[in-house]
Amino acid sequence: MATTDVNVADATPKSRKLPPEVNIFFVLIGIAVLFEVLGWIFQGQSFLGNFARLKIMILQVSVLGIISVGVTQIIITGGIDLSSGSLVAAVSMVSMSFAQTSEYGLDRVLYPALVDLPVIIPIIVGLVVGACAGFINGWLIAYTKIPPFIATLGMMVAARGFAKWYTQGKPISFPTDSFARIGEGMNPVIIFCIVAVIFHIAMKYTRYGKFTYALGANETAARVSGINVERQKVKIYVIAGTLSALAAIVVCSRGQTAQPGMGLMYELDAIAMAVIGGTSLAGGRGSIIGTAIGMVILGVILSGFTFLRLDAYYQEMMKGAIIVGAVIIDTYRQKKKV
Amino acid sequence: MLDGSAGSARDRFTGEFILEVDNVRKEFPGVVALDDVQLRIRPGSVHALMGENGAGKSTLMKIIAGIYSPDSGEVRFAGEKLSIKTPIDALNSGIAMIHQELNLMNTMNVAENVWIRREPKNAMGLIDHAQMRRQTQELFDELGISLDPTALVDDLTVAQKQMIEISKAVSYNSDVLIMDEPTSAITEKEVAQLFRIIRDLRAKGVGIVYITHKMDELFEIADELTVFRDGQYVGTVPSSDIDRDGVIKMMVGREITDMFPKVDCEIGEVALEVKGLSRGKEFQDVSFELRRGEILGLAGLVGSGRSEVAEAIFGVKPATSGEIIIDGTPATITEPAQAMSHGLAFLTEDRKESGCFLILDCLSNIQMALITREMTNKFGFVEQSRVNELVNDYVEKLRIKTPSLGEIVENLSGGNQQKLLIARWLLTNPKVLILDEPTRGIDVGAKSEIHRLITALAGQGVAILMISSEMPEVLGMSDRIMVMREGRVGGFLDRADADQVSVMQLAAN
Repeated sequence: MATTDVNVADATPKSRKLPPEVNIFFVLIGIAVLFEVLGWIFQGQSFLGNFARLKIMILQVSVLGIISVGVTQIIITGGIDLSSGSLVAAVSMVSMSFAQTSEYGLDRVLYPALVDLPVIIPIIVGLVVGACAGFINGWLIAYTKIPPFIATLGMMVAARGFAKWYTQGKPISFPTDSFARIGEGMNPVIIFCIVAVIFHIAMKYTRYGKFTYALGANETAARVSGINVERQKVKIYVIAGTLSALAAIVVCSRGQTAQPGMGLMYELDAIAMAVIGGTSLAGGRGSIIGTAIGMVILGVILSGFTFLRLDAYYQEMMKGAIIVGAVIIDTYRQKKKV
Repeated sequence: MLDGSAGSARDRFTGEFILEVDNVRKEFPGVVALDDVQLRIRPGSVHALMGENGAGKSTLMKIIAGIYSPDSGEVRFAGEKLSIKTPIDALNSGIAMIHQELNLMNTMNVAENVWIRREPKNAMGLIDHAQMRRQTQELFDELGISLDPTALVDDLTVAQKQMIEISKAVSYNSDVLIMDEPTSAITEKEVAQLFRIIRDLRAKGVGIVYITHKMDELFEIADELTVFRDGQYVGTVPSSDIDRDGVIKMMVGREITDMFPKVDCEIGEVALEVKGLSRGKEFQDVSFELRRGEILGLAGLVGSGRSEVAEAIFGVKPATSGEIIIDGTPATITEPAQAMSHGLAFLTEDRKESGCFLILDCLSNIQMALITREMTNKFGFVEQSRVNELVNDYVEKLRIKTPSLGEIVENLSGGNQQKLLIARWLLTNPKVLILDEPTRGIDVGAKSEIHRLITALAGQGVAILMISSEMPEVLGMSDRIMVMREGRVGGFLDRADADQVSVMQLAAN
């Protein structure tokens, strides 16, 4: 054919680029080393050498990590979820009310008829509540076309209200032993790992994952390619809601109590992990591995500040700056591509 | 009224070239976009810049307009070295540019868009809207454009928007005006208007750089032409000294003799029948039959409802009334997924807006339509090795040039992106293929490859509906031509009876 000798400049092979996760991993190492050095300078001791500290650190963030796995998927579609923190409160309340034991007397339980239930009941009830909330988010976003920011903001306020209304503001405690065991020891970390592996595989090797990236990259093209955009969105928000519920169950089981004020600002930490981990707020880019690294980075920073005896208020201010910084980096990365 | 600084340079300037580009080089990671190119623009002339996609035209224009800075070489304007850091610098020094894409603010009115950043102020320092309207009206009168300065841009057609861009660029009264494919979205009527404006500007001494893929325009308007190929300067010639084949030869470094390799195919049964299809004001009562092995060209002016009909058939924006009959059975299509299950495929008009997943890799882009329907197991896992086999097969067949399937599609040239989208649809093994501007904005080489492919598909019995604004393409490729006019079918023409004149007669009133 006459056209074989066309040489398009763009077809020149490019040097193999490393996946973005590698860069994020180096950031993690850099930060860890920084705290190590600062530790020797200011505290006269090792930061990384303290195994107990690392364990606490990872425990602190793994619940947020579970939420962030769902939030990452939402952000990859170009959406956002502000409701996860409030959902943690709402689901904790409901789930705990089905997990109470009669051991300390029936006057201390919310539903005296529903005590000492098998542990699967509060788990299922909790997950269903989360899934329903996610469904409402997803349905609103997909079918009424309102921005995800608004839909989930509404859910954030409403779910918090629901959590307070559920017991008129009173906490719920006294779970059965089996329920209390869910969040024991290193279980939160194990649960996070299982969730992360499942969704890493789903995002990489299944249709669900491919469609999620497609949605964030170009929604119109996704639709024209035969993807049911609305159904896909609903699925993603249902999954995110369910993961928030799972995090709620772990948290209230570990604390053996549920109260309406739980999960405050969790949504922002979950978003921060995803963004620090390289998920683009513009959609289409990001990964569960990145989010996992983002989670550890956030954990290292928070635990590092505590280790350096930095004021808690400082910590919050720094966290704010880090989130903004991560988004600036992402924006810069996008610009460079043009 | 206009920018004070503009217009002065060319009055003072007496040299031969108003804009000189010398030995400019620009590299992007892994690609040399421009390799020591030159370009010399005389005042009072129209200089066409030609080249296949990826030849480096847009990169050079972006350097002149201050969007990129060159790695080496220099750009001189009116004899002086130009140092431009931002597009506003370029405008201030007397270089205006009309970009290929529209850059208008849709929620503002026409006058506000034209005078943005230069709004006339009243004594209080507030914007004088009445004065702005008057200025706009004066400008439009001068240019012979009939548009209401107070109309909201959002309510206008693409062609009208393009005319606003053109008048805005002219209003800067600059010495050099760069036009990057200004006619890709406008109709013949506006093209004539644009050419009149260009001739006026030329008479006033403006140097015009005109980037185009359209040969007819080149010979109608350009005085000189410069050709780039693969980031390199090929040559500059007066357009009176060269013919169409000569230009193509310069562009591709070879001769393309068979632009339209249409071969007659056996035409079979009716694959798609459309009866009385309508949607609001956009199109009404559209009926036609499309047979297996047939290429039905769909011609008509921009805004005549061609793409809208295609979108309705494919369920992107469903029709409000009418029937779609596929293989003799009426079909309900309200979603693209339904259309696909009936064996339809649809290459959309705008590959950036509704085609490519620009930030995803080639593999994802090619396989996306396929995996919505098959190649996944019951747990939703994509059977990647089987898919890859198919994908590789098509990448080879369609000669898609990419370093690997993992390459981000944004980094491919327009022609390769288009081929990739065609591969996406061919993977679904369609019975009816709807192509909306299959070769828009891609280079001559890729164009003829795509034409060859379309013909080959028809030969395999695929029914093809091809929308095109390029008359030679419609005439060269179609077995039959359906012409639309203002949302209705203007008429049908057989291949034998169709020529430029007969199509235009049906398309225009």
